[in-house]
Amino acid sequence: MARLHSAAELEALRAEILAGRDSGKPCIAVCAGAACDGMDSAAVAAAFLAEAGKQNLGDRLEVRTTGCHGYCEKGPNVVVSPGEICYFEVSPADVPEIVAATLKGEVVERLVYRDPVSGAKAVHMNEVPFYKHQMRLLIGDNPKIDPMKIDDYLAVGGYAALVKALSSMTPEQVLDEVKKANLRGRGGGGFPAGSKWETTRNAPEKIKYVIVNGHEGESAAFMDRAMLTGNPHKVLEGLIIGAYAIGAQKGFMYTRHDMPLLEKHVRNALAQAKEYGLLGENILGSGFDFEVELHFDVGIFVSGESSALMRSIEGNAPEPRPKYIRTSVSGIWDKPSNLNNVETWANVPQIISRGAAWFTSIGSEKSRGTKLISLSGNVVNSGVVEVPMGTPLRTLVHDIGGGVRDGKTLKAIHFGGAMGGSIPAALIDAPLEFDGMSKLGAPIGAGGLLLMDEDTDMVEVARYLLDFLTKESCGKCAPCREGMKQMLQLLTGLTEGRGKAGDLERLQDLMEVTGLSSLCALGKTSPDPLKSMFRYFRPEFEAHIPGNAAGGSGDTK
Amino acid sequence: MNMMCEQKIDGIIEKYRGQPGSLIHALVEIQHENRWLPREVMHRVAEALEVPFAQVLQIASFYKTFSLTPKGRHEVHVCTGMTCHLRGAAKLLAKVEELTGLKDGETDAQARFTLETGACLGSCSIGPELIVDGRHYGRMTPDKAEDVLNRYE
Repeated sequence: MARLHSAAELEALRAEILAGRDSGKPCIAVCAGAACDGMDSAAVAAAFLAEAGKQNLGDRLEVRTTGCHGYCEKGPNVVVSPGEICYFEVSPADVPEIVAATLKGEVVERLVYRDPVSGAKAVHMNEVPFYKHQMRLLIGDNPKIDPMKIDDYLAVGGYAALVKALSSMTPEQVLDEVKKANLRGRGGGGFPAGSKWETTRNAPEKIKYVIVNGHEGESAAFMDRAMLTGNPHKVLEGLIIGAYAIGAQKGFMYTRHDMPLLEKHVRNALAQAKEYGLLGENILGSGFDFEVELHFDVGIFVSGESSALMRSIEGNAPEPRPKYIRTSVSGIWDKPSNLNNVETWANVPQIISRGAAWFTSIGSEKSRGTKLISLSGNVVNSGVVEVPMGTPLRTLVHDIGGGVRDGKTLKAIHFGGAMGGSIPAALIDAPLEFDGMSKLGAPIGAGGLLLMDEDTDMVEVARYLLDFLTKESCGKCAPCREGMKQMLQLLTGLTEGRGKAGDLERLQDLMEVTGLSSLCALGKTSPDPLKSMFRYFRPEFEAHIPGNAAGGSGDTK
Repeated sequence: MNMMCEQKIDGIIEKYRGQPGSLIHALVEIQHENRWLPREVMHRVAEALEVPFAQVLQIASFYKTFSLTPKGRHEVHVCTGMTCHLRGAAKLLAKVEELTGLKDGETDAQARFTLETGACLGSCSIGPELIVDGRHYGRMTPDKAEDVLNRYE
């Protein structure tokens, strides 16, 4: 690979890559996302390669191992293009039949989607219920890309936004476009990314940093790793554009240490971008220098908190600090450091390519664009989902999710993992929005959506979540360390039949004190799930208090 | 520790000599290579990277990834993330604890298994999950767990 010295050279390379590709040549894309990988999709991919090799099909068929397609429930997933024919639950034994049918332009009927009720078949991706209600702007390229090949990303228009930014826009114009798009942070806060960028840009220090937060510690959230593992260059392109707008010379990707494929793909993406001259000195001849370093979390939830994450990058224990001064002004080694989540960065290239006006035409008034959602829990179709902001939860739960598993009734919808909240099934028509969901008590968080069925014991869920957080607290500040411990003891007492009068009032006190006085978001929001459950499911808690009108003996089941 | 491993650890320590900021990198690499951090190795890291031993110990004892005791031949992991929990991970964990006689973080006297829990590995769609030496066993039930564990000696 040769280093590219200008925008024109990159476009020439793209033209060359596209000219060398035959769009009519069938391509079999095997998903290697986290769930498919867990179902040994690697064996399926190996079987396709072996079959293609055996029949010497190199010229007639392409086999591609890709990132997450989305429909994790039905993995291993295989998508055959042209036509985006979807095969589900594919095993190595199915491979010869799929290859034979693909070469003849036919479909293996027994492996396509079938509606569980009507039995109706859906062959193409845009007909499968799980996919057809989505708007897959960010994740949609995953089946088209081998994450190990930068050329695959270039073939779908990758790095065109970087070219546009560097060759025809000033950093101020890039910043302005992101501000106009009103891109809000996807990591949980929903804070406007443009304002954050501007703060770092305007901070007086010369040395500035940009950071991708790919920690994804929220339990049952798996969309960021699907994005970063499946299309690392999209995130990187966003980061480089952001660094250009902010005036940062160095970036950090902070991600999980326990996903071997994620590490491999990101390392490789950084190396390839460097070889092409998309990282390093004088990027595409623009005079802009930028490099990226990869860092790993070492297995504790709080290291996803911005100031803790930055301590960790410095090589110290990830203890948060009070944020009287924001990290966007004083972060890593006390330099201005702009941190955004994986999905936020992934949105940047399309905003630059297609413009803020296009972006703001999607979604709802105060929440623009699409949102990646990890749909799981007691849902029929779990997986990674992307819908426009403002989509009613009903669409996510029923049209895409297929409702509740095992024919059970929906009891609650939970958002935002251990620091989120649960709302009752009756609120299913609420739109997916940062502010609206926060008001209801179930902030979107990073985007982990869980369905809870009728059998779910909310008191037990509250205990489980606090047990998780108690173990993840860094222990630096007393309200978080001790407050959560006391709440956990009370909740454990309730679930074990040791509830007593006054427990709920004491929990209420602890929730308030812990929420108000903890140092960082982990402690501050630790009572949130419990708060939402007190709001909507209080009788369940009262039933555990002896002598209460609800008459519970404290016996859970 | 065998000679090969010893050499690799020396290599890792040398790579980061004089770089206090690379403490976590060095410890992660050693953990991956050796699967635990012997005290003597941590002393060498402290000396080479020019950080106080207390700081090495702070990092090594703070993060869950690091093990300060030797691990068994096989690492058995039960995911206790939210989806796995809702889908019955607690029963699976109880069964695995019963089968191995271990609690979270423990290693048996024959060093066959080390049991660990943790969340979340992101393959929620196939939960509850039992993971042995990095291999995922999805949609696991307490009944099937014994068969899986029997495959590892």
